[in-house]
Amino acid sequence: MHNKTIAEISRDLAAGTYSSEEITKDLLTRVSKLDKDINSFITVTEEQALSQAKAADANRAAGNASAWTGVPMAHKDIFCTNGVLTTCGSKMLSNFEAPYDATVVTKFNDAGAVSLGKLNMDEFAMGSSNENSFYGPVANPWDKDRVPGGSSGGSAAAVAAGFVPGATATDTGGSIRQPAALCGVTGLKPTYGRISRYGMIAYASSLDQAGTITHTAEDAAMMMNVMAGFDAKDSTSVDRDVPDYTATLDNSIEGMTIGLPTEYFRDDLSADMQQQVRNAIAEYEKMGAKVKEISLPNTHLAIPAYYVIAPSECSANLSRMDGVRFGHRCEDPKDIEDLYCRSRGEGFGEEVKRRIMVGSYALSAGFYDAYYKKAQQVRRLIKNDFVTAFNDVDIIMGPVTPTPAFKRGEKTSDPVEMYLEDIFTIALNLAGLPGMSVPCGAVNNLPVGLQLIGNFFDEARLLNAGHKFQQATDWHLKTPTGI
Amino acid sequence: MEWEVVIGLEIHAQLATKSKIFSGSSTAYGAEANTQANAVDLGLPGVLPVFNEEALRMAVKFGLAIDAEIGMKSVFDRKNYFYPDSPKGYQTTQLHHPIVGMGHIDIELENGESRRINVTRAHLEEDAGKSVHEGFDGMSGIDLNRAGTPLVEIVSEPEMRTAKEAAAYFKKMHSIVTYLGICDGDLSQGSMRCDCNVSLRPKGQEEFGTRTEIKNVNSFRNVERAINTEIQRQMDILEDGGSITQETRLYDADKDETRSMRSKEVENDYRYFPCPDLLPIIIDQEYVDAIKATLPELPDAKKARFQSEHGLSLMDAAVLSSDRQLADYFEAAANISGDYKIAANWVMGDVSAALNRLEISISELPVTAEQLGRLLSLIKDNTLNNGGAKEVFNALLDGKGTDGAEGVDALVDSLGLKQVSDTGAIEEIVAQVLADNPKLVEGYLATPEEKRGKAMGPFIGLTRKAAKGVNPQVVMDVLKQKLSEL
Repeated sequence: MHNKTIAEISRDLAAGTYSSEEITKDLLTRVSKLDKDINSFITVTEEQALSQAKAADANRAAGNASAWTGVPMAHKDIFCTNGVLTTCGSKMLSNFEAPYDATVVTKFNDAGAVSLGKLNMDEFAMGSSNENSFYGPVANPWDKDRVPGGSSGGSAAAVAAGFVPGATATDTGGSIRQPAALCGVTGLKPTYGRISRYGMIAYASSLDQAGTITHTAEDAAMMMNVMAGFDAKDSTSVDRDVPDYTATLDNSIEGMTIGLPTEYFRDDLSADMQQQVRNAIAEYEKMGAKVKEISLPNTHLAIPAYYVIAPSECSANLSRMDGVRFGHRCEDPKDIEDLYCRSRGEGFGEEVKRRIMVGSYALSAGFYDAYYKKAQQVRRLIKNDFVTAFNDVDIIMGPVTPTPAFKRGEKTSDPVEMYLEDIFTIALNLAGLPGMSVPCGAVNNLPVGLQLIGNFFDEARLLNAGHKFQQATDWHLKTPTGI
Repeated sequence: MEWEVVIGLEIHAQLATKSKIFSGSSTAYGAEANTQANAVDLGLPGVLPVFNEEALRMAVKFGLAIDAEIGMKSVFDRKNYFYPDSPKGYQTTQLHHPIVGMGHIDIELENGESRRINVTRAHLEEDAGKSVHEGFDGMSGIDLNRAGTPLVEIVSEPEMRTAKEAAAYFKKMHSIVTYLGICDGDLSQGSMRCDCNVSLRPKGQEEFGTRTEIKNVNSFRNVERAINTEIQRQMDILEDGGSITQETRLYDADKDETRSMRSKEVENDYRYFPCPDLLPIIIDQEYVDAIKATLPELPDAKKARFQSEHGLSLMDAAVLSSDRQLADYFEAAANISGDYKIAANWVMGDVSAALNRLEISISELPVTAEQLGRLLSLIKDNTLNNGGAKEVFNALLDGKGTDGAEGVDALVDSLGLKQVSDTGAIEEIVAQVLADNPKLVEGYLATPEEKRGKAMGPFIGLTRKAAKGVNPQVVMDVLKQKLSEL
């Protein structure tokens, strides 16, 4: 049962092939047996999952079932869940039971989904390897010595390992697409503002976006149908109609123009990786798509700009973690200064501290113009690159990562090396555009992802293009070899 | 050396919205600690602010009232600092793009002149919570009920030169925000607080001296006292050849002294940057015009009208227009009676005295404007004399009588205060008085002609004693007549 997609489970539940309680129990058993080696869950909410499953079965029996009734899934531990531990992968929140549900969580609950628990992640979503979690690193199900990517490493690994058919995730600089690529699953980061951020613990507010990790584009469309939409509680969410994302999955892509940015196919990308991506593009050409070379000339500025803007925002966003009202508090503080210093010193990990320091520096009096303001100007240039490109093409494609999954510990000594993991993904967050990672090949038996980049609010086209590719190939159906 | 004093004020006024600036919690004062603080106010992980548009409307109203530029695009910034009553670790405020730009108000000086004070800007921001240091065994408690209450911070140009001017400016701002109904103006509850920036420079010097900031002064009187105390302190230092440290000071009203709170060197770098959780506020002229149409008559306009329409003196008009409720009360009573001068005298006299004595506001006064108007009408048509009217007024203050104008009439009857103006009746009383006091009459007749006016006094007193409520003018006339006939 564990390799079924959301769509298949939804159909099976409707057909009565098995009940929600049965599949929920089955998956919970699989998690309890196998997750000790993967470490994708921080919290398994077994009791709650079973009661949700029973309620879903009862609703179905009463004739009140929708596509999601009784379908199991799990949430990245960045989403607040009422009465359930919500840690964000940090010691700082290791005792924090959120008193409310994030809007995304509420939407899945209302849709009748069954949540199995909370998924591991890099602390406060800062990282590209899931080695920055207070709850320990997550192993890649394809090779347990390798990282699953990050920060949504738990979400990607849990789906790849067959613990859940789909998981929520978030992407601030590549945190959905990169782990999806490294774990051989499908990851969608929607347009900034498409999904409510309410209840999603903020890392960098102007870049953070909730999204999906699933096996297939079709499943991503089903998750989007639940998650997308305006939320009055999030001023940055956009009030705009939400299409039925499943309705256009099978549209023909004949005549679709694919832009290939020169800057994404240079030396940073190994020949092996490049070959896999080029093969995937060739597949699209077979389906009638046209290919056009384009240029995104400011691509090289994306990482520097990101590492000013994101730390600046995080330096303020994480100030509320002060040991006063919730979260970790040091023992016997002697005064308020001591309480702040030790609570935060003990509660945050190295990478989080590094980014708070960088951000505080960038925002300091006398440095603001040179760093933060300049970075915002660069951000506009990067966005303009895409706006110009989309005048000529319908979709942009390229690699997701420069390499397949790397070994644990391989990049931990050099933060900049780690930051380069996001070289192809980070620009989209700065521009606010939607992007998707679709399994498209393998190098040394490790999955490789193809990145699809869409125009603003053009998620339906990404899902359509992803689905058509998955109809023609079977990379998304490959089972991990390490579990 | 002769010194020139330079004063600038930063006034924080709590906006009278029902809910907070970024959350749905109530802003009501005085609730049990932390009962008006939801997840957003507590700054829990994951929560987001949603801007309360009512606060915007009120801030624009204020901007229009002080003839200021309105920020058609205003932006919220985060001001970063750690303090336990600041739950997010930053205050959401407006640094570079405030909602209200340069404006001005006129203040009245004691010599009857008015002076224009420019207002640099006014911006929207959130109030902090409160730290409570008593009753927690040496620890501190945090009450976040106030956290997130909307504020406008009104920043003046450093244009005031005396503590009296500063107090007059604070008073005028109080008058304007309460007129607009955007702030309840309750100083004792901290609805309006004032930070005073004070510096001295040698007379004639252009460059400003080093300033100190006296934080959170919360009464008109204390603004004046605190500034005067601080001027003296700075002057003493400068006269001794010392220099002023730029710092924040607190005013201790009991000791009438200011003392250092923290010096500027150790103050935070606030690391302002635009709040990414809130969109810039964009408004258009239509929006501004619609608010403009709702502006009430403001204190200066009312003052001018009281002078031109009702013939009041500048000082009377200024006093009566300073408080909107007092002005409304005055005007309602005057309109009923038709006599604005008497109404002005009464409101500034007996009414104000009663308010001070009872320590209540005009809205709590037991005598309604309708009742005062009726009372004044009765004076005007000679039904009551002034003494009788005071007696009725005091009875109403004591809660006697019934509601409305009828209540006044009933009291006049029951107290037997109706003034007797009937000449025939008064003639009888006067005749009786003269008959009962032959010695006084003799004395009067022995008085030389030119001193007889004064000698009439005892007869007036006796007549009025004999019959309460006799019209004193009629008594005079009748007495003169009767005595001349003797």
